[in-house]
Amino acid sequence: MNAIAAAGYLESLLAGQPHLPAASPALGWINELRAEAVDRVGELTVPSLRDEDWRFTDISQLTRLSFQRAQALTPLLPADIERFHIAEASNRLVFVDGLYAPRLSSIAADSGVVVTHLTEGGAEHAALIEAHLGRHANFGNNVFAALNTAFLQDAALILVPRNTTVSGPLHVLFIATQAGVASYPRCLLVAETGSAVTLIEDYVALQEAAYFTDAVTEISVADDAQVSHVRVQREGTQGFHIANCAVSLARASRYHSVSVALGARLSRYNLNVLQTGEGAECSVDGLALIASRQLADTHTYIDHARPFGISRQLHKCIVGGAAHAVFNGKIMVRPGAQRTDSAQSSRNLLLSDKAYIDTQPQLEIFADDVKCTHGATVGQLDNEEVFYLTSRGLSDDVARKLLTYAFGAEIIERIPVASLRQQLAQTVLAQTSGQP
Amino acid sequence: MIYQDSRTLLEVRGLRATVSGIEILKGLDFTVNSGEVHAIMGPNGSGKSTFAKVLAGHPAYTVTGGTVSFMGRNLFDLAPEERARAGVFLAFQYPIEIPGVANSQFLRLAYNTLQAQRGKDELDPLEFDDFVREKMKLLEMNPDFLDRSVNEGFSGGEKKRNEILQMAILEPRLAILDETDSGLDIDALRIVSQGVNQLANPESATVLVTHYQRLLNYIVPDFVHVMEAGRIIKTGGKELALELETRGYDWVGAEHLEQEAAGRVAA
Ligand SMILES: Nc1ncnc2c1ncn2[C@@H]1O[C@H](COP(=O)(O)OP(=O)(O)OP(=O)(O)O)[C@@H](O)[C@H]1O
Ligand SMILES: [Mg+2]
Repeated sequence: MNAIAAAGYLESLLAGQPHLPAASPALGWINELRAEAVDRVGELTVPSLRDEDWRFTDISQLTRLSFQRAQALTPLLPADIERFHIAEASNRLVFVDGLYAPRLSSIAADSGVVVTHLTEGGAEHAALIEAHLGRHANFGNNVFAALNTAFLQDAALILVPRNTTVSGPLHVLFIATQAGVASYPRCLLVAETGSAVTLIEDYVALQEAAYFTDAVTEISVADDAQVSHVRVQREGTQGFHIANCAVSLARASRYHSVSVALGARLSRYNLNVLQTGEGAECSVDGLALIASRQLADTHTYIDHARPFGISRQLHKCIVGGAAHAVFNGKIMVRPGAQRTDSAQSSRNLLLSDKAYIDTQPQLEIFADDVKCTHGATVGQLDNEEVFYLTSRGLSDDVARKLLTYAFGAEIIERIPVASLRQQLAQTVLAQTSGQP
Repeated sequence: MIYQDSRTLLEVRGLRATVSGIEILKGLDFTVNSGEVHAIMGPNGSGKSTFAKVLAGHPAYTVTGGTVSFMGRNLFDLAPEERARAGVFLAFQYPIEIPGVANSQFLRLAYNTLQAQRGKDELDPLEFDDFVREKMKLLEMNPDFLDRSVNEGFSGGEKKRNEILQMAILEPRLAILDETDSGLDIDALRIVSQGVNQLANPESATVLVTHYQRLLNYIVPDFVHVMEAGRIIKTGGKELALELETRGYDWVGAEHLEQEAAGRVAA
């Protein structure tokens, strides 16, 4: 990538930024945060293959295109998005091309949880927002997080009060509808002490043209609180999706994440989980199912900063066509984080000769009394299994589909929302059948 | 049972096959007519499972000579799934485990594929559930096995029963049961044998590969064959199995050598 082109690229993305409406007076600090982020974008460069963190993921096809913030809300009818509804969801926040769509959203009157977005309900919860928004996802060294923060406007806010268990998952749905648009989805979830909630973060498209999603999610899980985080990236085939998620886990909190990447021409997901309190527990599972010329990159970083932390990770990639999957999973055990118990596994299935995968599990341990395991495998479908199924009359194609599906199902089954599990099971079955 | 108006289901002539470049089947002849029950016995390593897997179309084996026709068609023209759909069924000696594929889903897919092939109606999950539970009763199998992954964590005997369950569902023309009796406890052997007998009909045939006469008390064979070094070297009635039980295999080999020598002199 040449530096001039890259600089021009960032400049053109920032072109619409000065036209953002100012934040409400109660949240005046957001204007400063944005300005700070704009400055930071000016100082940073677009990552290239020379950056250690991006050495397998070439984003030049993204930086060759130019995208602008959406000017207006695409008028959608509830029926247009019905197929994305999740039956169990108690609340649904919908953003269209990054802009909040009140008429498509449905917010339960009293589910004991605050579900709102920055421009509407921000003022009421100013103190809590200020304590968290922009505090977890650091943009100092991350140009995409900085860009997202520069455009911070309609953020989804979910604030779960102390000891509140939210019944039914909260669905935050981001829909891409306009070609050439850059959207900056933002999500903040604060689970206060002893609370419990399930968040579904869902990216879908109603278009086949090129667009760019640059998302940031921040999740704060207080002492003894529990968050289940399901993330579904089912962007359009020409979409670009770059997302950063930062999770902070306080004492004895629990965080369970399942992320599924199916869509986009190029996607990158950075998930950083920081255990800031003792005895925090997390599971971080993922599935990338891609084909044709897709690229899906998942970088996770689990930071055991305090003793007695537990982490479990199973990441799977199913790669067909000439697609390329990247997985980098780093487990950090800091000095003093004794009795950390961590297990990480990367399992990968290659469905064609041209498909490829770069997988890098990484352990960095600076404490001596810990239990850490990790491993990675890359393989093809088992011929004995294919034969067993065909010997019962299943066609070779169906047998392979079924086995491929079974490989991915292990992750899908960990999603704690039945209807979403079924939806994804169908998608995965359909998608595995389309493998060349 | 031997019937007057039976038809030839399977005709194997001079079959040769290799695995990893090693010849295992060395000119095998074998004929099965509808309604019949055949037992194939023979020492370990003589090629019984190889023969069964070659018939089912296992890709690891290469056929290097001979012919096999199944109901008048060249079996080697058919892919494994086409053989299954034409009515060939192999109950494996060592059924493999398939994690992540639910037994119920697998059985229903297999059943519906064959139903479609036969021009009959497919069953939806609920209808199939009723159907398969009936079949499981026949084999005294716990319905919980439906919810588990195919063979995953099944005991040796449970895997064998699951094989026969598949046979009961698919109703093949030619069922080859490769040592289905090994690993079954005494009651299971009786139950499974009864199941196999109930499925028998004048249109279909059964080939039992076994080491033990005991199975043949339950499923009475019309013919007993001895396989050695990749060939059928002796064929007899059910009493041959009893004789093998008491005398072992050595004498059959010796007799075969004598006959071959005599044959060469005569020729
Ligand atoms: N992949 C392979 N490579 C080399 N030799 C093989 C392979 N598979 C099978 N064989 C050999 O082929 C021969 C026949 O094996 P097969 O399993 O058919 O015997 P079998 O008659 O079924 O024996 P058993 O009674 O023990 O089940 C054996 O000597 C076996 O070792
Ligand atoms: Mg054998």
